[in-house]
Parts: sequence; structure tokens; C-alpha cells
Amino acid sequence: MDLALRDLGEYVQSALHETVQSVNIDRDELTVVVQRSALPRALRFLRDDVNCQFKQLMDVCGVDFPGRAERFEVVYNLLSLTHNRRIRVKVRTDERTPVPTVTPLFSSAGWWERETWDLYGILFSEHPDLRRILTDYGFEGHPLRKDFPLTGYVEVRWDDEQKRIVYDPVKLPQDFRNFDFLSPWEGMQAFLPGDEKAKPDGKH
Amino acid sequence: MGMIETPSKSGLAVPQSGDVDDLWKGVTDAVQEKGFLLTQVDNLVNWARAGSMWPMTFGLACCAIEMMHAYVSRYDLDRFGVVPRPSPRQSDVIIVAGTLTNKMAPAFRRVYDQMAEPRYVISMGSCANGGGYYHYSYSVVRGCDRVVPVDIYVPGCPPTAEALVYGVLLLQKKIRRTGTLWR
Repeated sequence: MDLALRDLGEYVQSALHETVQSVNIDRDELTVVVQRSALPRALRFLRDDVNCQFKQLMDVCGVDFPGRAERFEVVYNLLSLTHNRRIRVKVRTDERTPVPTVTPLFSSAGWWERETWDLYGILFSEHPDLRRILTDYGFEGHPLRKDFPLTGYVEVRWDDEQKRIVYDPVKLPQDFRNFDFLSPWEGMQAFLPGDEKAKPDGKH
Repeated sequence: MGMIETPSKSGLAVPQSGDVDDLWKGVTDAVQEKGFLLTQVDNLVNWARAGSMWPMTFGLACCAIEMMHAYVSRYDLDRFGVVPRPSPRQSDVIIVAGTLTNKMAPAFRRVYDQMAEPRYVISMGSCANGGGYYHYSYSVVRGCDRVVPVDIYVPGCPPTAEALVYGVLLLQKKIRRTGTLWR
């Protein structure tokens, strides 16, 4: 399986050459980073090529890395039922640069790109209907960005005088408390504190 | 002090079997002796209201699963006259079962407004009571009592079907004790 994946990665790289920025296999999963402008061509190749046949787009999502110059990644997970294989395609972008839409290639991408736009504020050029899909009507901001505050900016209540739901600035009687307990599975040391001299086999 | 006091009969949510027996004995005696029954209009109305609370089906999240369990055969809320309705026009009570989001709040209020008086609200689960797990979220109402007046809060995440049944019984008790002709 690993060999076949590596072959596929090399095949994709040789077919798309300089538009592929990197090919990586981690935990038996193949990830290809492509240039933003070449995304539709790459996905069309992966969909239509006889050796790829990635006919199904399973998911489109975003990732936010605030430290990077191009802070967003858009991730496309593809599935080939013909070859029983999956591939992940990534492109990088920032707040202003749009990513070319893939709705002409995969009609299922429409809502996912809307979701990515809604939650991350990533633009998609030539999307047929790029508007919010999940958040409230008139919502401001993109909640999955790392710089979006957890509690947001507004809260709702019923106003008995105006007879309608009104939006107020958030007022919290108690701030959010982050209990960062160290997991014994992740933070466990090989030796207990003060027990550094003990031999691993228990002999002194 | 130190003794467990026997709760008064009227203080219980569920009428004890003795209460029901006394009630039926009184009813049958009166019918046999006089051929008719005398009661107060208030009592009759409250009896009717408490005996047929039709809840609006308003499942928002996983609490709705427990609500379904309360409706079907094991707990069978039908035996209390609680029959889920698909329309607010036919409903007396709305069970807010799940997370009420900001986007859902106007729709929820509209459904509540469409219900005919007297109407009651049961808030089911932590999310509906006060936001619960999503209290600090940007998109969740911190308790459905910010949108509608609530009669009964059922705690739990999610509450068991039994807890919801108990909440319904508490609402029946509330109607019996405090109910007037005009709410």
C-alpha cells in the first residue's frame, strides 16, 4: 500500500510537474500541495486520469496558521472508488487572495466552499453563490479563525418592549476558565520526579 | 429534627394511589347517590389542562432522543395525556429539547408566539437551561429563558427519559396548584 501510494505521488508529480509544491506521505496518507492557480487543473487531472480516477470529493475545509504569511490552507480530500484510494490536496492562501473554485469539477464543492468562506473568510473566485451557510443571518467575523474570540461579539435575547429578538454586546458574569490539565498519557515521563537514578529494570 | 417527615400528600408530584382511590370513591359515591357531580370551574379546568398537555415537538439536539424515549413504549407519556403535536396551534406546552442557537432563536420565539394560551415551556437539558457545554460559544443562546418564559427546568446532559417524565409531572402539579381560569 505504501509503495503504491509513493508511486501515485511520483506519478502525480511527474504529470503536473512544477505546479506541485510538495508530495508527502504521513501515516499512509498521501498529501499533495499544489499552486493555487493550478488547483482546477490538478483536480481535473486527478479526477479524469485513468490511473487516478478520484471521482469523489469527500470534503473541503480550511486550516488557519496565524504565523504564516499565507495563513490559510484549503484542504481537498478526494476518494477514488475505482482504485480504493484517497488523496489530500492542499493549497495556501491569505485573507485577500481568492482560491479558484472547483464547483465546475465537483458540484458537491459548492456548499463546502461556502462553509470554508463562512468559517475562515477564504475567498473563492467564480463561485456561483458565495454566501454564508452556517452562521447567523447578519453574522460578522469568521469564527474558526484563530483571532476570533471564543464568545464572539453579540448575544441574543427577547425584548419585550420591541417584541422581537435583539442583539446585545456579550456580557459574561464569569469569564471563560481554561483548565489545562496535563494529560497523564501525553505528559508522562519515563521516570517519576526524584526517581531519575533508578535503573529501568528496577535494579540499583 | 433528624426524623424523616412524611411528605404531605398534596406535596407530591404524583398522586399517591390512596389519593386516586379516594377521588374515585368520592366520584362514584356522588354519582350513585345524587346522579350528578359538583365541582368548581377552576378545578375542572385545571384537571382538564393537566390531563391533556399536548407538547409541541421541538427537538433541537441530542435531548430530542431522550424526549422520543419518553414518548414511546417504555415510559409512554401518552398515558398522561401528553401527545406530541406537529403544530404550535394545537400545542399547550413546548419542550425545548436541545441547544438553542442564535440563528434558531427567532424561529423558536415565533413558534412560541403561535401557541394558544395558556401555554407552558419545559426547558430540557443543560443547553436549554443555561447554555451548558456551549455557554461560552459565539453562536448559542445562554439559556432559552432569555427568549421565552420557562415553567420547568429539567437538568441533565441529556436528562434521562425518566427525568423528562418527572418534569412533565411537575408541570402537571404546577398547573393543578397554581392554575387559574385565566393565566
